[in-house]
Amino acid sequence: MSLQLLVGTSKGLVILKGENNQWKIEAVQFEGLSVSTLYVDERNGTWWIGLSHRHWGEKLHRSTDKGRTWQQMTTPSFKDYFYRPGQPATLKKMWTLQHAGKDKPNCLWLGTEPGGLFFSDDNGQSWKLSEGLWNHPSRLDDKQWFGAGKDFPFIHSIVVDPRDSNHVYVGVSCAGIFETINGGKNWQAKNKGLVAAYLPNPNAELGHDPHKILLCSANPDVIWQQNHCGIFRTVDGGKNWDNISGQNGFPNYGFALTIDEQDPETAWVIPAQSDAMRIPVDLKLTVCKTVDGGKNWRSISEGLPDKFSFDLVLRHAFVKYEKTLAFGSNNGNLYLSDVQDEKWKRVANNLASVNCLATAV
Amino acid sequence: MAKIKFTSALKRFFPSLTEIEIEGNTVGQVLDNIEKIYPGISNYLVDDHGHLRRHLNIFVQGDLIKDRSTLNDHVNSSDELLIFQALSGG
Repeated sequence: MSLQLLVGTSKGLVILKGENNQWKIEAVQFEGLSVSTLYVDERNGTWWIGLSHRHWGEKLHRSTDKGRTWQQMTTPSFKDYFYRPGQPATLKKMWTLQHAGKDKPNCLWLGTEPGGLFFSDDNGQSWKLSEGLWNHPSRLDDKQWFGAGKDFPFIHSIVVDPRDSNHVYVGVSCAGIFETINGGKNWQAKNKGLVAAYLPNPNAELGHDPHKILLCSANPDVIWQQNHCGIFRTVDGGKNWDNISGQNGFPNYGFALTIDEQDPETAWVIPAQSDAMRIPVDLKLTVCKTVDGGKNWRSISEGLPDKFSFDLVLRHAFVKYEKTLAFGSNNGNLYLSDVQDEKWKRVANNLASVNCLATAV
Repeated sequence: MAKIKFTSALKRFFPSLTEIEIEGNTVGQVLDNIEKIYPGISNYLVDDHGHLRRHLNIFVQGDLIKDRSTLNDHVNSSDELLIFQALSGG
C-alpha cells in the first residue's frame, strides 16, 4: 500500500508518494496559492483544501478522485453576522475541517477566523454557522475571546468523540477549549488547569491559547493539548487539565503536536523557543516524545539538524499515519520518520513555508 | 451598455472570461449581471457582505470607485469599467 503525503504550503499543494520507503513529489497543484487547510475525510476518501487568495478571498475545494480533479465548493459566509455590535464579521481564514462522525455521513465541521464554527449536512455544498458557540456570552468579551497573533480569535482544532458524535470539543485561540454534548446547541468552557501566563489572572476561565488539541480514539477521555503556555493533557474529558510540560521547561512552548491514536500514553511535540522568537530551542531542530502520558519526554533528533536550524513547525504541519511520522517547516523542509526507527530523513527541501499536512492512502 | 474589462489574473479561475458589454446603472448592478454570465465570480470580487474585496479595485472611466461597501457608484451606458487587483503583492 502506498501512502500519499499532502503538503499545504504558502505557495501551493505538493503531493508526495511513498513506496518502499522512497518518497518523491508526484504533483504540484494550486501553484502560487497559499493553502490554509487540508483534510482527508477517512469516511469516504474525499480530499479538502482551503486556499487563501491574496486578492480573491478564501476558497474551498474538494476532490473525490484523490486530487486528479477538484470542485470548488461554497465558502462559509458570515453574511448577516457581526463580530461585535456594528462590526460585520468577514471570513478571514479557514483553519480546520473535521468530519462530524461516522453516523453522520454527509456532515462536516469547519473552523474559521474570526472564531466561527460552521456545520455542513450536505458534504460541503452549504455551511451554517453554529450559533450555539457564536452566541456564547463570552465571545463578545474582548478579555475572553481575542486574537493571538491574528486580528481575531480563530478555531483551529475540532475533535469529535468517536463514542458519541454529538460530543465535540473545539480549540479557540484565544479563548480556550469548549465542549458540546448536544451536537453544538450549547457549549461549555473546559479550561480548568490551563495557564494563561499573559493574563493578569493566569487561571482565568477563558482567554487561553491552545495551539492544537487532539483526542485519543482508543480512550476518548484523553485529550492532548499543545498550548501557548505549555503542554497539557486531560484524562477525564476536559474536566481537568494537567500541565505535562517537560522538566526544566523543555519541551514547553511550540505548535506542533501529534499522538498515537491507539495508545493514550504516547505523543510527540516539536518545541520552539518562546513566542517572541519562534525558532528551534538552541537552534536545534528536535522532536520530543512521551510514552508515559507526559511524565517524561525524550528527544528524537537523529537525522535532524543539530545546529543553525531556524525551522518552525506550525500546528497543522505534523502528522502521524500508522507507522509514519511527518512534519514540514516554515523553511520548506519536509522530514519523515518511521515511528519505531526514530530516524528522520529529509524528503523535500526548498518548498515554500509548510502550513499544513495530511495523509491519504 | 457599459464595457467591462477584467484583470487577466481572473482568467485562471474563469478561463472563458473576456471583455464584455453589460447593463447596470450602478457598480453593484453591473457586478450582479456579470455574475449571471460567469457564475461564482462575485465570490472573487466581493466579501461575505457584498463589500468590494480589500485588494481589488474597480475604476469607472478611469476613476476609482468611492463606494466600496454598497457599490452604489453610478455607471453610464457608455462607461468603461476596469476590474483590477490592487498592487498588494509588491
